Amino acid sequence: MSAVGATRVDAVRVDARDRLAPRKRPLDWNAIVVHALLVSCIAVVAFPLYYAFIISTQDLQQVVQRPPRLAPSTHLVENYVEAWRQAHMGRMLWNSAVMAVTIAVGKIAISMLSAFAIVYFSFRGRTVCFWMIFITLMLPLPVRMMSTFEVVGTIGWLDSYQGLTIPLMASATATFLFRQFYLTIPNEMAEAAQLDGAGPLRFLWSFLLPLSWANIAALFVVLFIFGWNQYLWPLLITNTEAMRTVVIGLEGLIPRSGTELPTWNLIMAGAMMALLPPVGVIIFMQRWFVKGLVESEK
Amino acid sequence: MRRTLISRKASLQALFLVGALTLLLPAAAFAKTEIHFWHAMTGQLGDAVNELVKEFNGSQSEYEVKPLRKGTYPETLTAAIAAYRQKAAPNIVQVFEVGTQTMLLSGAIVPVYQLMKEQDIKVDWKDFIAPVVGYYSKDGNLYSMPFNSSTPILYYNKDAFRKAGLDPAKPPQTWKQVEEYSKKLIASGAAKCGFSTGWPSWTMVENMHAWHDQPFATRRNGFDGLDAQLLINKEFGVKFIGQLAAWQKDNIYSYGGRQGTADPKFVSGECAMYIQSSALIGGFTKGVKFAWGTGQLPFWGPPYHKATSIIGGATLWVMKGKPAAENRGTALFLKFISDTNQQMWWHVTTGYLAISNSAVKNLEAGYHFKRNPDQFTAFAELTQGKVTPNSQGIRLGNFVQIRDVIEGELENIFAGKKTAKQGLDDAVAKSNELLREFAAQNKP
Amino acid sequence: MKRTVFRNRWLPYLLVFPQMAVTLVFFFWPALKSLQLSLYRVSPFGDRMTFVGLDNFTRLFTDAEYYASVVNSFIFAGGVTVIAVAAALGAAALATQRIRGLIAYRTLLLWPYGIAPAVAGIIFLFIFHPAYGILPYFLSFVTSYEFNWLLKGWVAMTLVIVATAWTHFGYNIAFYIAGLLAIPASVLEAADVDGAGPLRRFTAIVFPLVSPITFYLVVLNMVFAFFESFQVIDAVTKGGPGGATEIMVYKLYKDGFIGLNLGSSGAQSVVLMAIVIGLTVLQFRFAEKKVTYS
Repeated sequence: MSAVGATRVDAVRVDARDRLAPRKRPLDWNAIVVHALLVSCIAVVAFPLYYAFIISTQDLQQVVQRPPRLAPSTHLVENYVEAWRQAHMGRMLWNSAVMAVTIAVGKIAISMLSAFAIVYFSFRGRTVCFWMIFITLMLPLPVRMMSTFEVVGTIGWLDSYQGLTIPLMASATATFLFRQFYLTIPNEMAEAAQLDGAGPLRFLWSFLLPLSWANIAALFVVLFIFGWNQYLWPLLITNTEAMRTVVIGLEGLIPRSGTELPTWNLIMAGAMMALLPPVGVIIFMQRWFVKGLVESEK
Repeated sequence: MRRTLISRKASLQALFLVGALTLLLPAAAFAKTEIHFWHAMTGQLGDAVNELVKEFNGSQSEYEVKPLRKGTYPETLTAAIAAYRQKAAPNIVQVFEVGTQTMLLSGAIVPVYQLMKEQDIKVDWKDFIAPVVGYYSKDGNLYSMPFNSSTPILYYNKDAFRKAGLDPAKPPQTWKQVEEYSKKLIASGAAKCGFSTGWPSWTMVENMHAWHDQPFATRRNGFDGLDAQLLINKEFGVKFIGQLAAWQKDNIYSYGGRQGTADPKFVSGECAMYIQSSALIGGFTKGVKFAWGTGQLPFWGPPYHKATSIIGGATLWVMKGKPAAENRGTALFLKFISDTNQQMWWHVTTGYLAISNSAVKNLEAGYHFKRNPDQFTAFAELTQGKVTPNSQGIRLGNFVQIRDVIEGELENIFAGKKTAKQGLDDAVAKSNELLREFAAQNKP
Repeated sequence: MKRTVFRNRWLPYLLVFPQMAVTLVFFFWPALKSLQLSLYRVSPFGDRMTFVGLDNFTRLFTDAEYYASVVNSFIFAGGVTVIAVAAALGAAALATQRIRGLIAYRTLLLWPYGIAPAVAGIIFLFIFHPAYGILPYFLSFVTSYEFNWLLKGWVAMTLVIVATAWTHFGYNIAFYIAGLLAIPASVLEAADVDGAGPLRRFTAIVFPLVSPITFYLVVLNMVFAFFESFQVIDAVTKGGPGGATEIMVYKLYKDGFIGLNLGSSGAQSVVLMAIVIGLTVLQFRFAEKKVTYS
C-alpha cells in the first residue's frame, strides 16, 4: 500500500530533504555531479526525439547529406502540411482520438459499475464474476488475436468504431482498482446512505463518484495513452484508410514496395504528429499519470 | 352540385398516384447495380485505378464499380476471406500472384473464362500475351484477369557509366559483363557498389531460374500437382547464389533488403545498376536525378539457354455467390479493362504491362516505344524468347511463406552465416514442408 | 467485519452485465475458439476443417523456427527489461538525491512513455539506417564494421530492444522514484553518519530496500515486452533479417494472418496462453511481496 500515498508523500518528502539540505559549503560537488549526470541522462533520452524533429524540418537533400546536419532547417511548415495531406493525418488523428477517449471512458464506466456491484451487493454468481474478470488478465490480445478478429468479423464490426473500441473495453486492472478503492470506503457511509433512504445508484452517483474523481482522472490519463498507442488491434480490424489510426498510418508512410521512395522528412513529421498528443498529456498531466500508473498496477 | 363522371376525391387520388409513379420510376431506372472492387493500390497507382473505374462508370449507365483500397496485398486477401465467410464478399478482389494457388483451390471464385461464357461476352483469349496469362490459367483457360503485371529488368546509371569509361548506351548483357563493369565502376569511383536487387526471391531466384530455363520446382513448377518440391538447390541455384554471395564481399553486389527497400541504393547513385520490377519506370522517371537506362536481365551464358522472364504483380478474381445481375456488371468491367484502348492507357499511365498483343502492336504503331524505349524492355523479355515449362510461371501453395523462407535463407547466405548450398538446402527443406502442409490442407 | 450491502434482486446483474458481456464475447469465446482451432487443420477460406488432434502442436514443437522465435522472445524481453529497469533505477536514484528539481527531472525522463513503441521504432529505424542513419555515421569513425541491420541479425535485435526500452524506461522511473522517496530519511542519515559515500550507501542500503520493487518491475517489464512487442517488430523489422527478430507473437500473426494457417496459429495461441498464465502467477506472487516494507 505504500506506493499509494507516494505522490502525496512526494511533496512532503521533498521539503524534508530540502530542510536536511547539505551543510552550506561553497561548492556542493555532490549536487553538481548529480545534476550533471541527470542532465546528461535527459540529453540521451531526448536525443532521438530532437533528431526526429530536426529531420522533420529538412528537405530530402539535407536529410541524405553527409555529414548529417544537427540543426533545424526551414522546411517545417511545408513538410508537416505535406505529411498531413499524404497520410490523411486529420482523419487518422481523429480516429485515434475517438478510439483513445472511447476506450478510456468505456473502460472506466464498466469497471466502475462491475466493481460497485461486486463490493456492494451480495448476489448469486458474484464469485464467478470476480474470477471471470480475473481470468481476463491471462488473455491479453496477442493470445487471442486471430479468433477475436474472427468473432468481430462474425458480428460484422470490422472496419468500424465499435470494432475498434468495444473489444478492448473489458479491463481487469481497472475493475480491481475500483474494487480496492471501494473496499477502503468506511462502512458507515453506505449505512448512512441506506438510512437516508438513498438507493444504491444514488449512493454511487452522489457519494462514491465524487470520492473517486482522483482515481478516475488518473486512470483516464493512463487509459487514454493506452488507447492512443494501440497498434495490433487497429491493424487487424481496420482496412480502409478512413478508419485507420495515426500509429498505423505512420507505418504506412514507409514505402516498402518499390514504386515510391521513402521521404524520411515527411515520415518524421508524421511521427511527431503521432506522438505529440500522448506525450503532451503526460507532460501536462504527469501528476495524474504517475498516480494512475502506480495505482493501476497493484 | 355539379355531377362529374369521376368524383373529385377519386381524381385527386389518381393524380397523386400518377405523380408518384412519375417520380419513382425514373429513380428506379437510375439505380445502378453496385460492383464492389477491393484492391491494394496506393498513391499514383491508386489514383490510376480510380481513373479507370471512373471511365467505366461513365461509359454505361447500368453498373457502378466502387473501388476500395483494403490495405496491403495480404490484408486485402484476409479481409476478402473474412467477408466471404460472412457472405459479404466483394465482387472483385485483387490478389497478388503468390496467392494464385490459394485462390484456385478455394472454391470461392468464379473463373474468368467461365464468367465470360455465362455472360456470353466474347473475349479474344488468343490475343493475350502468353507468359502473362499462362501464370493464371489452368488447362488453357484463364481463371483471373491480369491487372498489374510487371517483370524485373535491369536499370543502370548512364552518368556513372560515362564516368567509369563505359558506353552509356550499352547495358551489360551477361553476368560476366556485370562483374566487369562493376569492377570498373567501383575503381573509378563512379559508384560504391556494382548492383543491387529488389524482391530478392522474385528477381534472383524465381526469375533467374526461368530466364535460364531451369526448373524452380518439380511438376512443371507446381502447375501439375500439389506434390511439387523445390529445385532451387540444384547446380544452377547453388552456382548463381554462390556467385552473388561472393560478389557481396567485394561490393560488386550489395544486398539492400526485401521488397523495395534497396531502391534508394540506386536512386542515390550508391549502386550503378539495379534489378527490379519494370513498374518502377514511372517512379524513377520522376525521382531520379541522373541519366539512366534499362536493359534486359543479364544472362549467364552457356551451358544455359535463354527462355523468358516471369511476371509478378496481381490479378483480379471474381468471387462466387453474387447475384447474376452483379456478375454481368463484373464481366463487363473485366472486359473493359482488357480492351486494347484501356490496356494502352493503363500501360502508359502506370508502367505495368499491357496484356494483349494488339495493345502492344498499337503502342508500337504509335511510336510509344520509340519515344520510351525503356518501356519495351519488359515486353522484349517476355516475348522474344520461347516460353518453356520452366518459364511459364510458378504455382505453389503457401507461396507467401515460401518466399519468406527463401528470402530469410538468402539473408543468411549474404551475411556469410551459411554457404549457398547450405542455405538453399535449408530453404528447400522448409519450403517442401510448407508445400506438404498445403497439400494436406487442400485435399479434395 | 460485515460489509454493508444493498438489497436488490436484479440491479447487480445489470451492473455487471456490460463487463461480463464484453468478457464473454471478446475474451472467452475467442479463447475457446483458439483452443478449438488448434486441434483442426483449416483451409484458408474456412470451407474445409479436419480434426487432426495434436498434430499442429507436434509440428510446432518439432519446428526449429518456433524454438528460434521463443528464444528471440526471451532475448527481446530480457534485453528491454535489463536496460529499462537498470537505467530507471540509476536515474531515479540520482533524481532522489538531496537536490532540487525532482518533479522537473521526473517529467523530463517520463515523457517517452507516451510514445507508441511503433513510432519509437520508426525513429530508431532512421537513426540506425545503414545509409542515412546518424548512428552508423558516427560509428564509422570508430570502426569499419558495417552496422547494417538489414543483414546483421544482432544489430536488428539491438535496434528494436533500444527503441522499446526507451519508451518503457519512464514507466519504471515513476515506480522507483515513489519507492525511493518512501525510504525513511533516518535510514539514509544513519549511513551518512557512518561515513558511507553515496555509492556505498546505494549498494548496501538503498538497493536491498527497493528490491521488492525491482523484482516486481522485472516481471512487469518482461510481460510487457513479451506481449506488447508486436508493434515495434511489425513497424520496423517485420521479423527479419532471416528471422532474427521474429518473436512468438509476430510469428503467430504471420502464420495466421498472412500465411492463413489458422490451425497453427491456434496452437501457438494456446502455448502463449500457457505462458501468460505462468507469468501472471509469478506477477501476483511478487506483487504481494513488493508492497510492504517499513
